[in-house]
Order: sequence, then C-alpha cells, then structure tokens
Amino acid sequence: MAQIEEVTLDGMTHLVSDRALQGETMLLNMGPQHPSTHGVLRLLLELDGETVLNAIPDIGFLHTGVEKNMEAKTYQKAEVMSDRLDYMNPVGNNLAYCLAVEKLVGLDVPVRAQALRVILAELQRIASHLVWLGTSALDLAAMSNFMYCFREREMILDILELVSGQRMMTTYIRPGGIWRDVPVEFEAAVRDFIKIIPGRIDEYESLLSKNPLFIDRTAGIGKISAEDAVNWGLTGGTLRGSGVNYDVRKFAPYSGYEQYDFEVPLRTEGDVRARYFVRIEEMRQSIRIIQQAMDKLPMGPVRSNNYKFVPPPRSEIGTSMEALIHHFKLWTEGFDAPKGAIYSAVESPRGELGVYLESDGGPKPFRVHFRTPSFDNLQVLPVLTKGFLVADLVAIIGSIDIVLGDIDR
Amino acid sequence: MSENLTEIIENLVGKFGGQTIEFAGETSVILPAEKITVAARVIHDEFGFDLLSALTAVDYWPQEDPRFHMVYRFTSIPRHLMLTVRVPVPAVEASVPTIETVYHNANWKEREVFDLFGIKFEGHSDLRRILMPHDWEGHPLRKDYPLGYEEPQFSFNFDEIDVRKPYAKNGRGE
Repeated sequence: MAQIEEVTLDGMTHLVSDRALQGETMLLNMGPQHPSTHGVLRLLLELDGETVLNAIPDIGFLHTGVEKNMEAKTYQKAEVMSDRLDYMNPVGNNLAYCLAVEKLVGLDVPVRAQALRVILAELQRIASHLVWLGTSALDLAAMSNFMYCFREREMILDILELVSGQRMMTTYIRPGGIWRDVPVEFEAAVRDFIKIIPGRIDEYESLLSKNPLFIDRTAGIGKISAEDAVNWGLTGGTLRGSGVNYDVRKFAPYSGYEQYDFEVPLRTEGDVRARYFVRIEEMRQSIRIIQQAMDKLPMGPVRSNNYKFVPPPRSEIGTSMEALIHHFKLWTEGFDAPKGAIYSAVESPRGELGVYLESDGGPKPFRVHFRTPSFDNLQVLPVLTKGFLVADLVAIIGSIDIVLGDIDR
Repeated sequence: MSENLTEIIENLVGKFGGQTIEFAGETSVILPAEKITVAARVIHDEFGFDLLSALTAVDYWPQEDPRFHMVYRFTSIPRHLMLTVRVPVPAVEASVPTIETVYHNANWKEREVFDLFGIKFEGHSDLRRILMPHDWEGHPLRKDYPLGYEEPQFSFNFDEIDVRKPYAKNGRGE
C-alpha cells in the first residue's frame, strides 16, 4: 500500500481513492497502449474484483494543437488540418469546415457539388461504421467480421482515391465546392459498391445479431436513459440508441439533405446492443441516400465562380488577366472574411460535429473550435461502466465509437 | 429566425440584462458572467434547451476588459431551436461560474477551456488540465502564447532568454 502512496504522480493524487489506499479495491491502469481502447486513451480503473467501480479517462496523448495552428494559416490552408482530426471521417471534417467558411463569408455552392459532397460524406459514413463494426466486434472476439468489414471499406477508400488521389486525407471538399469534378469511372464504381454492400451488411448481421455469445455480451450492458444521454451531450448513434431523435441531417439540413428520403434509425433500450442496431441500420439508410443522389446527380459546375473566394480554373489563368490576379491573391494572402462569429454543424458518423469559426476581418481565422462528438461521448464512459465487468468495459468503449484524434485535437 | 427564439432572447435580455448581436442571420445574446449559472438553469428548464452543443472561449488580447468571451451553444431538440450565448470575461482573475450542475457535459468542456485559456470556473467539481500534461506551464490558446518557435539565443541576450526558456534544467524546467 505504501507504494501507491509514493507514486502520487503529482496532480494525479486525488484520483486515488481512500478505499484503494486501504486495499479494499484495486487500481488498474488501462492504456494508453491497449488494443481495446481504440487509440491512445488511458483509463484509470478502480476495481472490486472484476467489477468496475470507477473509470477515469485520461486524454490528451494525441493533442496536436490543431485549433491553435489553424489561427496561423489562411482559410484555405487551414482546411488541410481538419482532415487530421477524426481520421475515420476526413470527408465529413472537410465538409464541416467548408460549410462554416461558406456560412461566414456567404458563399454559394453549385448543386452538383452539393450532391457530390453528400455522396462522398455518406460513403465515408459507411466506411467509418465498417471500421467501428469490425473493431468493436473484434473486441468481443468476433474475429472474422473484422476481415470482412475491412474488405468492403477498401472499396470505399478506392473510390476516394479515384476522385481525390488520396485514400484517407482527401481535402477534396473545398470552400465554394469541391476540388475538381469526379472522373468518368466514378459513377460505375459507386453503383458497383451500392449493389454489393446491402448483401454484405446482411452477412455481417447474420454473424452477430442473433449470435447468443454476442447477445450475452451486449444486451443490457452500458445502459443510459434518454434524458441522461441528452444531458451528457451524447450525439449520433450513441444518443439514438437511447431513443432520442436527433440527427443534424434532419434537424438542420445542410448540403441539400432535405431533398433525400431517409429515416433516422432509433432504438429505445440504450444499451450496447441498441447502438449496434442503430449503426447497422444507418449504413442501410446511407445507401439509400447515395442511391437517390446518384440517380438525380445534376450536371454543371462543381465550384463557385465567385473568384474573390474560389481560385479560378487553370484554363482561365492563361487567358484572363483577372483570373491570374485572383489566383495570385488567393494563394499568397488568401481572402478576407467579414468580422463575426458563426457556428455550423454536420452529422459525422459519431454525432454532431460542429465548427465555431470567428473572424476579425482578416485572411486568417481568429478562432476555430471544433465541437467534436467523441469528446462528449467519451465523457459519459464512467457513468456507463459503473458496476459492469472489465470485459463489459471493452464492449462499452467499442459501442460509443470514439476516435482519439477527434477527442484530443 | 423563428418567433419562439425572438421571444426567448427578449426574455433573457430582460431578465439578466444583456445585449444582442446579429451576424449571418443569427442572433447571439451577451449575458453578464456572474449570472450564467442561473441563466443556464432558466435556458434548460424554462426554455427547454436540453443539449449543450458547444462551450468554448475566445481571447481578444491585448484588449483587457473584456479580454475573453465565453461562447455557449444550446440546442433544444423537442422545440427545434438553437441559441448562442456569449459571456465577457475580464483579464484580471478571469473566472466564470460553472454550468456543470445544469449540463453534465460542461464538466470536460470547462476543463478544456481552463486548460487552454486559463479561465477558472467557480464551483467546478474537478478543475484540472485535460489535454495538456498536468505540469504544463501557460495556456496555449491564449493569443499571447507563441505558436512554438524557439527564441534564438545570441551572446548579448543569452542569459536573459535562458531564464525564461522552457527546457529541462534542474529536472523541473525552473
């Protein structure tokens, strides 16, 4: 016992409870290098045998100062950093940031670009959910699912590579539209994918949904009521598993989501199993959205022609003096945004991803803040895990679907 | 902006004595810092804003009073409304009452603001650093905090810079 008292870790002393010091309970350090914490998350657990009495998350291992760094870059250059926040959802992060910039400067986006944004964001959502499904099932020892999910995710990454040249950090969505139009192979690739994936999702379900081992490990575990879930700021599938109908795509539609017909899957149990069903169903709804967007994909430009904010196409630079000047001004000093502050949000695969953007009238953001869903979703972990076993803790971490890059920023 | 929100904003301004600012079609309310806990309680219970979407701060250094603005973003899921509240905070003894008692998720969000801006929250149950290491000095998101370039030491100012240079000297960087 004396040893624990000596290892007081400076400011961490008060994390150690009296019970633990007297030997009634045991303190266990889990992470930051642990395969089931889904990243560099450290948990300080207070255990009574196998039962978790207390779980204290310790975060910040992946803190890269994105918000501070963005203040030193122009609006276009700062966007590249947004990919690196939630590395399972780079397209969604770009979308959130670009919508915020567009709202700040009052920039319109052509309809074709909006539809392409929706298609890519939904593909990214499926990719993210596939990683979630694979890894959280792997935590519960369902090994083969992981391989299947990553096989299908690869198809999505191939599509992203096709359009942007990058598998993950795409920065394909830009303020005022997208970088360039999609290549001709895009349509066939996406149609191919949405033809294959529904059957595959049924396959994943057949491996897990009625599997007695999976039910034992998930049903009734990590329960939270609807009221508590909202008060703890949960969003996304974690909140909808408790039966609260909050999806930013329906609540405050952006990028033309109001024209697509889709449902927001809800479950009322609020346990690990409910969150699993919500996310599985979300993948099916995403396919519906992609299908509709592909069917009525309009033709036309993919970038705004407001050259005060959007660089002119390369072909115009050789022939037009104004285009050359705009190009030069945009890539040297950037564009000035009006003085003011806005908040805009999108639905990321994990929940409400909001961007608070404040401008002082200059070409660089004065303050950027990312309201990241994982940050709030992780915060509730001590509440969810209280009284469950260590093995359940692993299932619960999987079910809240956190990405540490999203938490630490 | 919907009529409901106009009514709420008028009510808040009347009750707590604030102002409003308008930008990009949205109205934000500026409330005095000492009343924010009571205001949050009213916003939550009376006006039905059940979700605290975002909580952050902005530093206007070298401006002294107010140096900071706290920014709260509330969402009402049943009433389909969104509300932004700003709270000015002076530079000297920057502190704001906590709203953790009303919205549980304000706990970590306020810790983050404390960590990165050095604003204290009165009545907060667990005010420690959250993202930076616990023995870190300074608050990185303040405008007077450098982005991280090293100050070059020359012979004429070596000692002067060496005094404040943050690297391991006596094992503690003091």
